[in-house]
Amino acid sequence: MKFHSSFFTSVLLAAGTLVLAPGCNKSTQTGSTATDPANEIVIGEVGSLTGNEATFGTSTRDGIRLAIEQINQSGGIQNKKLRVVTMDNQGKPEEAATAVTKLITQDRVIAILGEVASSRSLAMAPIAQTNKVPMVTPSSTNPKVTQVGDYIFRVCFIDPFQGSVMAKFAHGTLKVKKAAILRDVKNDYSVGLANFFTETFKKLGGEVVVDQSYSAGDVDFKSQLTSIKTKEPEAIFVPGYYTEVGLIARQARELGIKAPLLGGDGWDSAKLTEIGGKALEGSYFSNHYSPDDTSEHVQKFIAAYKAKFGGVPDGLAAMGYDAAMVLADAMKRAKTLEKDDIREALANTKDFQGVTGRITIDHDRNAVKPAVVLEVKSGGFAYKETINPS
Amino acid sequence: MTEFLQHIINGLGLGAIYALIALGYTMVFGILQLINFAHGDVYMLGAFIGYYAGRYLGLANVPGLGSLGAALALAMLGAAVAGYLIERFAYRPLRKSPRINVLITAVGVSLLLEFGGQIIFGADPKFFPTLYVPGEPFMIGTLQMNRLQLLVLAISLVLMTGLRTIIFKTKTGRAMRAVSFNHDNAALMGIPVDRIISVTFMLGSALAGAAGILVGLTYPKIDPLMGVMFGLKAFVAAVVGGIGNVTGAVIGALLMGVAESLVIAYWASTYRDALAFGILILILLFKPAGLLGTHRQEKV
Repeated sequence: MKFHSSFFTSVLLAAGTLVLAPGCNKSTQTGSTATDPANEIVIGEVGSLTGNEATFGTSTRDGIRLAIEQINQSGGIQNKKLRVVTMDNQGKPEEAATAVTKLITQDRVIAILGEVASSRSLAMAPIAQTNKVPMVTPSSTNPKVTQVGDYIFRVCFIDPFQGSVMAKFAHGTLKVKKAAILRDVKNDYSVGLANFFTETFKKLGGEVVVDQSYSAGDVDFKSQLTSIKTKEPEAIFVPGYYTEVGLIARQARELGIKAPLLGGDGWDSAKLTEIGGKALEGSYFSNHYSPDDTSEHVQKFIAAYKAKFGGVPDGLAAMGYDAAMVLADAMKRAKTLEKDDIREALANTKDFQGVTGRITIDHDRNAVKPAVVLEVKSGGFAYKETINPS
Repeated sequence: MTEFLQHIINGLGLGAIYALIALGYTMVFGILQLINFAHGDVYMLGAFIGYYAGRYLGLANVPGLGSLGAALALAMLGAAVAGYLIERFAYRPLRKSPRINVLITAVGVSLLLEFGGQIIFGADPKFFPTLYVPGEPFMIGTLQMNRLQLLVLAISLVLMTGLRTIIFKTKTGRAMRAVSFNHDNAALMGIPVDRIISVTFMLGSALAGAAGILVGLTYPKIDPLMGVMFGLKAFVAAVVGGIGNVTGAVIGALLMGVAESLVIAYWASTYRDALAFGILILILLFKPAGLLGTHRQEKV
């Protein structure tokens, strides 16, 4: 029986080792090149520069870089230049927590920008709160994020609103009566959106005929889609991230499902249509801004972004830009550059004209803003309509 | 009822891909009693070879069976070379060491490929080029048979039959079976044991490379860590079928695919992975040799 026991141990050992795959952190710096620490303000950024949602991190970072460059060119803040230390978290909440701890204890940052994903912001927020470092998340929309404490802010709308936007759009514009839901159960953002969509959609008189789930990282969704197909919904709400949504759309069309897919700002990436191809044509998602917006403010931002990075900025780049700008604005208004004063100034942000709309921070430290609905059209995103907070 | 049958079809499609990977695990185990944990990552390499072939050799510009065949051939060749190198430089020097050393090395090679892949290919998911455009799905009543699924199933069957022929009908195959019984005796009979082990690794790796292409076709999102979960599942399938047994690996893999498909359909997707490893534990507890495995007595 020697064979058995050693085989058993082998399996256990190997499984254990595979789970403990190592990770590594890399940090990069942008902004002031001055070496004099007295003349610079150090802020930290945590983002998913690699991993499954890599474009979220890189777009946000580019938006922040552009903002920091513009602030420094126009004289900086209180005669000091801004410097950003950027940390990658590979799209993992535990890495995000490590990164934020390092930024606070080692780099001694006085404010933090990030993250995009709510799951990762939720891992970071308690650490920022305990150390009393103001944290501004550009685009985490789950309500729980800012409920962590009074040092956590966001410059985007929250899921109850975003979920209701798509429910209203489905019911009002698309005249959908029967909707299906396919949610990512591992993702706070996705679960939140799905719940709020269901709530509003039912209130409006619609019916959610089937509620299926998947886990981020899955590649096969045919079982869920087959179950959805038999219920014949007129639209499918898939509030996930772009990599999975692209695959879901493909497999839905392969199974002969013709209903449009609906989603949230997690769809916002050029990779969405690369993976999904034609399968996504005629689907809709809610977002923070549309590059089709003709207002001068937006067009100036797009021109500057194109000149620096090439390519049209997506919604997350715009949110990154706005987050950095709101933080800089608060620093300018703050009595001193102490963390408490910056927090105070952030909380008093009112009618700040951002690329993604006027930003006012409410007493829950959330921004109240309208959302836009975009349609996937000939491989790009076209503006469909604006839905205001009620 | 149609819905149920549809779930079975989906499951068989998934199972056929698990089977291709499971075969490599089972062959290497049969001959070396080694669980080659790097095997799932060889499958990842296959997918990336297909990706670069599609992108830079222009195969994606002329989608069709020819391009698919070319990509398959390249991926199988590349994976076979990778399999040979892994065996030659990581496992052969340890042939006389205790089994646990080789196992830990296998995990090391696996991690090397995964995180080396992240550095070389980039950590973000890539879109697998369209090498073959499937036409309208076949309809049997209201049952949907995707042409791509059928093609994947067909290619898997052809490759598996090919493998069976090699193992049971050729001289090399006879040598492989002899080595799997006893290295020393096989060597005494004049069989070049090291070369046969290399061939086994290359065959198994080539199948994994082919699986990489087939997965890329069906689920066109590939990344350097794609082999971790698929590899583990295929490994479980090999154990369920009776590790070391070629037919068992295929049956185990198909069972696994169908079981996963049904769990998601009638229970919840969260239990998918729990089910796979639950089956593994049950099999190890009640039928440690697997469904088709034979009990092998160790001689003293």
